[in-house]
Parts: sequence; C-alpha cells; structure tokens
Amino acid sequence: MSSATATMEPRAYHLPEEPHLHEGHSTMLGFWMYLMSDCLIFAILFATYAVLGGSFAGGPGPKDLFDLPLIALNTAMLLFSSITYGFAMLAMEKNKISATQGWLFVTLLFGGAFLFIELYEFSHLIHEGAGPWRSAFLSAFFTLVGTHGLHVTFGSIWLITLMVQVAKKGLIPANKRRLMCLSMFWHFLDVIWIGVFTFVYLMGVLR
Amino acid sequence: MSDAVHTHDHGHHDEHHDDHSHGSFGSYMIGFGLSVILTAIPFWLVMSGTLGDPQLTGFIILAFAAVQVIVHMIYFLHMNTRVEGGWSFMAMMLTIVLVVIVLSGSMWVMYHLNANMMPHPEMHMDMGSTQEMRTMDNMSGMP
Repeated sequence: MSSATATMEPRAYHLPEEPHLHEGHSTMLGFWMYLMSDCLIFAILFATYAVLGGSFAGGPGPKDLFDLPLIALNTAMLLFSSITYGFAMLAMEKNKISATQGWLFVTLLFGGAFLFIELYEFSHLIHEGAGPWRSAFLSAFFTLVGTHGLHVTFGSIWLITLMVQVAKKGLIPANKRRLMCLSMFWHFLDVIWIGVFTFVYLMGVLR
Repeated sequence: MSDAVHTHDHGHHDEHHDDHSHGSFGSYMIGFGLSVILTAIPFWLVMSGTLGDPQLTGFIILAFAAVQVIVHMIYFLHMNTRVEGGWSFMAMMLTIVLVVIVLSGSMWVMYHLNANMMPHPEMHMDMGSTQEMRTMDNMSGMP
C-alpha cells in the first residue's frame, strides 16, 4: 500500500516553483567578489614594490623624491571624498534626489582634486628625471600608485555616469543598486590608499 | 518546508530589499573621525621623527594602517559576518590569506635570493660562517 502511493507521487526533478529572487539580488555579492579579485591585483603590485623598492640603480630614492605634506593633502582629499560619498548614500536612503546629487558632486570634486595632485606629483617626478624608466624602484612605484590612480579615474567617470542616470531616471532601485556598488568601489580604493601612503610613502621616507 | 522558506523570503524582501546594513550619520562620523586620527598620527610620527628609531616607527605606522583598514571595513564598507549570509566575510578572509601569502612569500623568497646571489662587500658581515665568506670571495674573484 505504502509502496503504491510512493509510485503514484510524481517525482519532481526541479523546484516546483522558481525561487522569488528580486532583480539584482546577487549584485552586491558579485561586486564584492570583483573587489576581492581587484585586491589581489594590488597585492601583487605591493609585493613587486616590496621586492624592488630598494633597487635605485644609483638614482634618487624615496627620501629625495617624496613630498610628505603633499601626500598628506592627497590623503585628506580621498578621506573627505569617502565621507561625502557616505553622506550621498544616507541621502539616497531617504530618497532625497537633490541632496544625493549634491553629495555625489562634492565627492567628484574631492576625487578630482586627488587626481590633480597625483598628476602634479607624477609630472614633477618625471620633470626631475625620476620617471618610471629611471630604476626598478620607480617602475614599481609608478605601476602601483598609477594603478590606484587609474581606479580613481574610472571611479570618477562611473560617478559622472551615475549622476546623469539619477538625473534622468531618479532614484529607481536599479540606480540605488549601482550607487551602492560604486560606494563599495570608492571606499575600497580608500582602503588601498591606506596601504599606499603607509607602505610606499611613509615607510619609503623612513627607509 | 519549501512553502515556509518562500513565505519567509517574501516577507524579508518586502520590508527590506537586502540584508546590508547601510550605516547612519553617526556611524559614518565615527568612522571618519577614527580614520582622521589614524592617518594623522602616522604622518606626524614620520614627519617629526619623534620616536627616533625608524624601525620602531615603521612597525607602529604599519599597526596604525592595519587598524585603519579594519575601521574602514566596518564603518564605510559595512562589513560584518552576517552580510550576504556570511559569504562576503568568507571571501574577504580567503583574500586576506592569499594577500598575506603573496606579500610575505615574495619578500621572504626574494630577500634570500638577493642575499645568496649578489656578493656585495657589505653582505659579508651578514654571513655567519667563514667557509661561506671564502666561497663568496672566490666567486666574486671569478671572471
């Protein structure tokens, strides 16, 4: 009897109903995975700098080149941009479009200031003849700091894109999701910068 | 069983679209204040040279950096062990393990490679045995 009912029951090889997952439910985890892989890229560049950071090839070293007050200013710019992006996220949660856009714009200004100072530093170094071709130390330095700067550049482009999106379509769920991804990206770059200013600039001057 | 899971999922999604904590004005300000302090002290230590000993200063600023990374993770990236059912945390832990292996492994291997491959005069002081010193002298004397 019991075996009969068992054979009568239809065997389901799939879920009777598809799980009700809202659109973009896995975006944040996926984006976090991307950030972690990006973190590995930076780990490799940090390791390269750690190995080659002492190979000056008779050229200038960190003590001759790095201008710590300028780096402190640069760090402040990135730190301010982090907190203003946080304010943009708080405004977004309250669905205040103009406040969100305003804070995003302030973040963009700070990010732009960071890039401007970094480009000024790079051009200054190259002008002094301390370009990436000078020594292994400078190659590793320009690759590591330049990769971080490229990330900030693309983050800024992304920020402008999202400001246009929000202006056109408002704070729809898709735009909120995109803003949250950029939030993680932006704060992640700030975390990488902690490593850069400590390991490259401060410890370079100490060496 | 599957019904129970579904209703739970529905209720969860309706009231809140995800399980991320977004932080508040207060938590952002705490994070910002801490990171300003944790940035300013290392810069001050290095620029003023208060401690005198570069090696000690180096260890201290590395410790400050490690603490600041944790502060940013908690207050800005809202990382905890519950986000995405713990998967974000797991991924981060794996990444930290890989980063430590890549960094410490590279430095360790390359330091020994440099120490063994390049016979510089000043390196002889590092050599423990006179036997090795003699070998190195012979090697550097080779054409």
